[in-house]
Amino acid sequence: MTETVGIVIVSHSPDVARGTADMVRQMVGEEIPLAWCGGAPGGGLGSSVEAIMAAIEQAWSEKGVAIMVDLGGAETNSEMAIEMLPPERQGRVVVCNAPIVEGAVIAATEASGGASLEEVKRTAEELSPS
Amino acid sequence: MTRLAEPAARRVLIAAMARAMIGHAEELTALDAAIGDGDHGINMKRGFEAVLADIDAIAAKPLPQALGAVGTTLVMKVGGASGPLYGTLFMQLGKALPESPTLADFAAAAETALTAVKARGKSETGCKTMLDVLAPALAALREGIATPDALFRALPAAALAAADATIPMRAVRGRASFLGERSIGHLDPGARSSALLIGAACAALEEMA
Repeated sequence: MTETVGIVIVSHSPDVARGTADMVRQMVGEEIPLAWCGGAPGGGLGSSVEAIMAAIEQAWSEKGVAIMVDLGGAETNSEMAIEMLPPERQGRVVVCNAPIVEGAVIAATEASGGASLEEVKRTAEELSPS
Repeated sequence: MTRLAEPAARRVLIAAMARAMIGHAEELTALDAAIGDGDHGINMKRGFEAVLADIDAIAAKPLPQALGAVGTTLVMKVGGASGPLYGTLFMQLGKALPESPTLADFAAAAETALTAVKARGKSETGCKTMLDVLAPALAALREGIATPDALFRALPAAALAAADATIPMRAVRGRASFLGERSIGHLDPGARSSALLIGAACAALEEMA
């Protein structure tokens, strides 16, 4: 089975999200499902539940999706987006408590090796202070 | 409260809350600039403008579904953590209320909604958040059920006092917690927006009583 965990990057800033995704692509390559979103609905800094749901769909993998977030609102909106997914998908999407850039790169690296969603999340969260 | 079975009354109630948020957007953003990221007013304005844009369709629904629609709109349109937090509040109120609620129904639904907002924000009272207004307001609502004539004035007063009581608090949750001790001395923007919403709702309900 070649399918890998998908990675979603959610930042308040579209530039940060896009730049983080660029780094993941360059360092890890094209083999993992990857999507990003950033900015409030209608523009400006923030995060959008609708855009997060679309990014989850874009990066969907039967092995699950790991979401990397930057600050509070991105986390809360990501948790909300997960709850609004179809019930059979809810349990296969997690928010990782990790720094967004380092977390995304390490999570993608782990995912590309075929790791499970739990392993991807744990590896990313090893980067967290505390 | 029986008036809330009528679409016109639901429209007045929801529009009053929306106008309060839109009208105080600059104030809320200024409060948030002091201890957060300076977007609370902008975000709440965006969310409630979307509610107003859809108000005819929302008010046409029975009260539980109308409040649910307000919540969903806020979740989708606000763009900050306040979207899911206020969205959860309205969606849970909608789930817990009957179509023509009594004050006791409101108190019971508010308790359910408060628990849900705590879970959504992973927070408790005393952390300098909206919960520091919602929890005392619920207590004031329970106490006021026996004296309904005074309730719609007592409740906003209790909410405003509770919001002011966040000034000396140290933020433990949300963006303001990054500031630690420096969050002390500032009114919490989420506490302020909660007090404003309660004030606007009570004024509308008193008018239609």
